[in-house]
Amino acid sequence: MKTRIPGINDVRWLLAGLCLVMILHLHHFAAWVALSVLALLVWRYLLAHFRRPLPRIYILMPLTVLAGIGIMLNYHGLFGRDASVELLALMLGLKLMEARTRRDFLLLIFGGYFLTIAAFLFSQSMASSAVMLVATFTLTATMVGVSHPVGGLDWRFQAKTAASLLLQGIPIMFALFLLFPRVPGPLWSIPQDTGKGMSGLSDTMEPGEISELTLSGEIAFRVQFDGDPPPPSQRYWRGPVLWQFDGRKWTMADADAKWREESLQARGDPVRYTITMEPSNRNFMLLLDMPTQLPADSILRSDRQVLSKDPILRRIRYQATSHPDYTLGRDAAPDALQAALHLPDTGNSRSLALARSWAESGRTPEAIVQTALDMFRENEFYYTLRPPRLGQQPIDEFLFDTRRGFCEHYAGAFVYLMRAAGIPARVVTGYQGGELNPVGNYLIVRQSDAHAWAEVWLQERGWVRIDPTAAVAPSRIEYGIEIAIPNENPLPLLARNSNPRMKSLYLNLDAIDHAWNQWVLDYNQERQMELLSSLTGSRLSWQDLAVAMMVSVVLIVLLLAYFALRGQRLGRDELQRLYGLFLKKLRHKGIIRMPQEGPLAFGRRAANALPQHAERIGRISDLYAQMRYRDHKTAESTELLKWLIRTFK
Amino acid sequence: MARALKLPNWSRWLRTTRAAHADALLDRRHIYILPTRAGWFFGFVLLLMLAGSINYTLSLGFVLVFLLTGMAIVCMLHTWRNLAHLQARAGRADPVYAGETARFDIVLTDADGRTRHAVCARFDPAQDDTANPTCIDIPAGGSATATLSIRSRRRGWLQAGRIRLYTEFPLGLFHVWGYVELNNRCLVYPRPADSHIPFPSATDRRNQGGADTVAGDDDFFGHRSYQPGDSPRRIDWKASARKQGILTKQFQGAAQSALWFDWAATPGNDDEQRISRLTRWILDAAALDRNYGLRLPNHEFAPDSGPSHMQQCLQALALL
Repeated sequence: MKTRIPGINDVRWLLAGLCLVMILHLHHFAAWVALSVLALLVWRYLLAHFRRPLPRIYILMPLTVLAGIGIMLNYHGLFGRDASVELLALMLGLKLMEARTRRDFLLLIFGGYFLTIAAFLFSQSMASSAVMLVATFTLTATMVGVSHPVGGLDWRFQAKTAASLLLQGIPIMFALFLLFPRVPGPLWSIPQDTGKGMSGLSDTMEPGEISELTLSGEIAFRVQFDGDPPPPSQRYWRGPVLWQFDGRKWTMADADAKWREESLQARGDPVRYTITMEPSNRNFMLLLDMPTQLPADSILRSDRQVLSKDPILRRIRYQATSHPDYTLGRDAAPDALQAALHLPDTGNSRSLALARSWAESGRTPEAIVQTALDMFRENEFYYTLRPPRLGQQPIDEFLFDTRRGFCEHYAGAFVYLMRAAGIPARVVTGYQGGELNPVGNYLIVRQSDAHAWAEVWLQERGWVRIDPTAAVAPSRIEYGIEIAIPNENPLPLLARNSNPRMKSLYLNLDAIDHAWNQWVLDYNQERQMELLSSLTGSRLSWQDLAVAMMVSVVLIVLLLAYFALRGQRLGRDELQRLYGLFLKKLRHKGIIRMPQEGPLAFGRRAANALPQHAERIGRISDLYAQMRYRDHKTAESTELLKWLIRTFK
Repeated sequence: MARALKLPNWSRWLRTTRAAHADALLDRRHIYILPTRAGWFFGFVLLLMLAGSINYTLSLGFVLVFLLTGMAIVCMLHTWRNLAHLQARAGRADPVYAGETARFDIVLTDADGRTRHAVCARFDPAQDDTANPTCIDIPAGGSATATLSIRSRRRGWLQAGRIRLYTEFPLGLFHVWGYVELNNRCLVYPRPADSHIPFPSATDRRNQGGADTVAGDDDFFGHRSYQPGDSPRRIDWKASARKQGILTKQFQGAAQSALWFDWAATPGNDDEQRISRLTRWILDAAALDRNYGLRLPNHEFAPDSGPSHMQQCLQALALL
């Protein structure tokens, strides 16, 4: 192809496309990177606008080195997720400064497509997919412009061509999206910093940690129940189980503590549900207390906490069954019970003394539990998101001085008291509650629903869940945190109950978001097999999918080819058919068209031969010639010609 | 070695549309398509993007990769459609003198009611390193003319040969091409001899007398400025001395008396030199608007003047 140096219009299109790609990235770029890239875009535009030469290599080379060093200093390397994406953006910006030829432009367009996909590492929301479509359209229109060897195309034509290419590509996209055999990733190791900035439950608990998490209105997971959801008081979502206490911080049991798996007797009706969990960068798979049928590919620890094999770096879906009515670990291993009694040797002596006094009074374990709960209920304990800071003796200070705390304070203090009184106990963290969205009929569980409670081991009853928070703030369990502490509401503005209209808008948006997650973002190998097998009614292999994909793409292309090539030709055939009718009518009158005779010449001859029809023949010939050779073909002109010829006698 | 290893030019075996009647139609049996270099590179970028989407399980990444794949497939169709069913016809090719640039017009017509963008034409195989392809837009239902130039080297018919029509529009990812052979040829006149050589004096042996005898009978009617090739006997030395510059006497009869350019009487080392000299004489005689006849071994043109006579004579010389 004859090459042409792209002009100012091509530069405009390209810059618009790259700007849109950068918009996808702005929210996560370091400020200096975002500003540099924008400055480069503006610089390139000004150079093109004022027809100034592009900067020389001795300006660009140092800038390139500087950009590399900047990224290196910022991220201590070039190969992390953030570092490599920002480096790519900067390099594209610098390449822009020396882009002269069509080749350079094509390279930048392809780079733009690539950078678009990199944006999805950070956000795959519906909004970013909309920006992605506009950016792709703009880059494609740029490609149309630079591919014309003469140039000077009308921008509307460029836009129309790009739009029709993309729109006609959409059926192929759907076929490929549905049928391309999905491989479970990753193919290679994912950079370390991928999980950065994700929030969620931690595997430790100390005063203030959960209340901090609770301030986030972000969604932790969504649950779809097969039947009716369990009542709010049973919505305990089991997360990390914490055994070890160092006087301040609760942590999980040692990984090498291989206790016998706690036995489980489930009673009553099972609850079946599907959880769509947002990425947390942790291994915990949240499940309704008490899980009886576990999700695939999960690990069950002896304390019935369920872990995934790898940290959850992307949204996952899993199915499980739980029984809210159960008996757990009646035959608990003695060494496990021993671990559930362990306390640090020093510290928190007042609490220790209090619990010992309960034990020495000869009360049964059940009575001791009740005593502790009564203490919370009857004394001036407050449930608050912003408790005062605690010092070196957190349990003592909380129980005897401040008496203001969030769930982790109550759960931690309660378990401490139980252990001091000789009752095996442990802390369970997770989520409690959730908001039912009537639009999609699913439960939204947010980070603000994070919760901590206790399990105590009682003879004959096994591990029993005790929620000391319920003693202080029963509404927390029944109605959620918004009702329990209305003044410290952590929920996003839209999600609050104060404005019913906003609330319903929010729930609708969340239902759309949920559907988007389910059908677009989480369409993975499992979903693909599930959907296609249910459609075909048989188990499919990936080879079946590959064949189906190719067949459907070929069919779509044939269909497109048919319409693309048939459309106009049909129109021309109709025109010729009409004119043929006219010729036939004239033939009956004895006027025959010579092979070399054009329609206008023939029309003149026919008009001379049939003076009484001269006007009609002239109009028909003229209109036909206009439509046939000048392409002045509209629906009206076709109708007019049809009428003129049909009524010609 | 390198020459021995050189692959045969496989494109010679591809079908060529020949102009059976007037127009050559590029139907689907005569159109070929391959990705361009940019197209291969685009495919490579798509593969990279697909690998990234799989690795990071980016659903929207899949959406974008598949959208671009769909776009590329549709682009293939559109590029093909941009050339398909195009009609090509030989346009004019004005005669040139050997060594000049010959221009072939190729008239491309759309009959499908679609504007064809950026359709290019070039000789295939490329006959001249300097020959650039010509790219034109063809209006829907109309025609446009692409002009291909090539330097002519030898007198005679210059065949345009096989012409490659191709397009990469709209995205430059695919190269769609077809070959046409339109039988368009350009007449290349011989290269005129560089220096002006006097017209031969003996005009017609059969006419029993030279130009001088004829000239002697005619009336003097004026002067004109000397041109190389004028007989020294015609120069009006007196008048030349009075005015500036050399003047040649012109006689009524001399203007009408026919010059005879005879192949047999033309000096020259070989045929080409003779032809070249004869061409120069014809051009000079035409510039003087004189009647001249041309006698070639196989043909004779009676004395005459005017453009068509000149063209006939030059054509005879070109094809000698």
